[in-house]
Amino acid sequence: MNAPQANAAAARMTYREACKQALRQALSADPRVFLMGEDIGRYGGCYAVTKGLLEEFGEERIRDTPLSESAFVGAGVGAAMAGMRPIVEIMTVNFSLLALDQIVNNAVTIPHMSGGQFAIPLVIRMATGGGRRVAAQHSRSLEGWYAHIPGLRVLTPATIEDARFMLIGALADPNPVIIFEHVMLYNMEGDLAPDVTAVNIERAKVRRAGKDVSLITYGGSLFKALQAADSLASEGINAEVVDLRVLRPLDTKTILESVARTRRCVIIDEGWRSGSISAEIGMRIAEEAFFELDAPLRRVCARETPIPYAAHLEDACLPQPEAIVVAARELVKPS
Amino acid sequence: MRQTRFLHLYDGEEAVSVGVMEALTQDDAVIATYREHGQALARGVDMKCLMAEMMGKLNGCCRGRGGSMHFFDRARRFYGGNAIVGGGLPLALGVALADKMQGRSAVTACFFGEGAVDEGEFHETLNLAKLWRLPILFVCENNLYSMGMAVERAEADVDFVHKASSYKVAGEKVDGMDVVAVESAAKNAVDRIRGESDPYFLECRTYRFRAHSMFDAQLYRTKEEVEAWRKKGPIERFQTWLEANRLIKPEELSGIEKATDAEIAEAVAFAEAGPLEPVSELERFVTMAEVPA
Repeated sequence: MNAPQANAAAARMTYREACKQALRQALSADPRVFLMGEDIGRYGGCYAVTKGLLEEFGEERIRDTPLSESAFVGAGVGAAMAGMRPIVEIMTVNFSLLALDQIVNNAVTIPHMSGGQFAIPLVIRMATGGGRRVAAQHSRSLEGWYAHIPGLRVLTPATIEDARFMLIGALADPNPVIIFEHVMLYNMEGDLAPDVTAVNIERAKVRRAGKDVSLITYGGSLFKALQAADSLASEGINAEVVDLRVLRPLDTKTILESVARTRRCVIIDEGWRSGSISAEIGMRIAEEAFFELDAPLRRVCARETPIPYAAHLEDACLPQPEAIVVAARELVKPS
Repeated sequence: MRQTRFLHLYDGEEAVSVGVMEALTQDDAVIATYREHGQALARGVDMKCLMAEMMGKLNGCCRGRGGSMHFFDRARRFYGGNAIVGGGLPLALGVALADKMQGRSAVTACFFGEGAVDEGEFHETLNLAKLWRLPILFVCENNLYSMGMAVERAEADVDFVHKASSYKVAGEKVDGMDVVAVESAAKNAVDRIRGESDPYFLECRTYRFRAHSMFDAQLYRTKEEVEAWRKKGPIERFQTWLEANRLIKPEELSGIEKATDAEIAEAVAFAEAGPLEPVSELERFVTMAEVPA
């Protein structure tokens, strides 16, 4: 991405380190905060995000769990109801399907169903996405599924800054929040500006301004969209890149404002297109900005297959910068 | 306007809730099932609010949003009826863990039917409860049928105490039709849980006199079987026991019946007179503005 030039006070770190610093800050700031999840303690976290936190905060607050996703996610819901501020780590979104009942039937229904007697201030972190050559059951992108569900807030930090600070907003939210960390971002390095100490968890953000076409995306696909925007610039096409950041509640305003500027839009989503968040975004644009458009809406999504193991097949399955370039070019310069 | 809706009656199982709740203090917590009218009443939740909730009224305990399967009462630490079989078990882990981490000596009583033992949540939860030594009283209301599925047709091993013991959770069987036996067992269990911060398991063998829900034709059991169990009814049995031991006078009995009739009449009147929540409030509490104090 177009990271700002490093200055003397800027801290350079990985996305992984930003996630860890966020957790450390949360644990230090509030004794009600504790972590639960598989291999987050002694192992140090499947993606090493929690490495060192056990030594720093102890077993009571960094709780290794058995492979019981439903039980420990439900325990997070119960603990949130009884005064704690749990942060539950599910190793990957694929395994969150084993805890779906606790998230969908308990966490998001209880506030409404109890007539507002209980809030569920629970944060669930999970890794998501493909690209690591680990096949279908480790590579899903189900953020859009979760964004379907009223009562959840769904965050997709893509930058170092969002990885570092979204958690603070999530913990302050009295409602269940899911944070999706894209697996391909953990090793990404970037600079953290010294003057930023918080980010909002409400709004999408324009990561690159442009006037010819809007590339709307989130998570791991943000950097593919930015790369595509660089390519398009060399052809004289000035693409705007919108990072959704929050998939629920969706920041429709920022999307519509961008489309009103560029009058053309490509939505890039690592989820499948059928019944997806990309479909939702497209429909909102159709409902509210139809007459602003100079071209049909386009999408670049994952192919509708399980994510394959072989590298050439996985690459063909996932959205790639070249496909984004082709889609945007066709809208701006129809052949 | 009176609404009659989806309902799972508790008749026949009263001794289980009443006996267990007698063993709890107001600081203890309760996780209930979808058959929780009995559990809520025994916990001391106001009958008027329960009746209004069943009628879908604003003066119901959950403003008419939960209905018969989802009573909640924050003041009594009643963490809800749950309509997903086994869905409440993991919640018990969290409530008990929160109490333990915050230095409270509360016990969480977690009610579930024997059908929940078929679910993975039972096994995950018992394992974690023992592993983390959480103060949970697991109350298995074994009414012999999960809807229409007889227990011996669903379980390779119908010995639930044995199943609990495989997670090193101690437990015992108790006659769930005998409120005195249930109360006695629950009191011992709660003392033990509080003292040792360790879970305990009670299998309360009981029977549901009525259909599973109002849509059940009861093709899976005989009228004779139901009649035989009705003869062992917990209310009648307790009354007989009280009378035999000269613990109650006839006029006290008729006084209780009159007071109960009056309480029910008052609850019905309260519910019928209750307003409906305005539709404009439909989306309220989908997300909360703050965590209730």
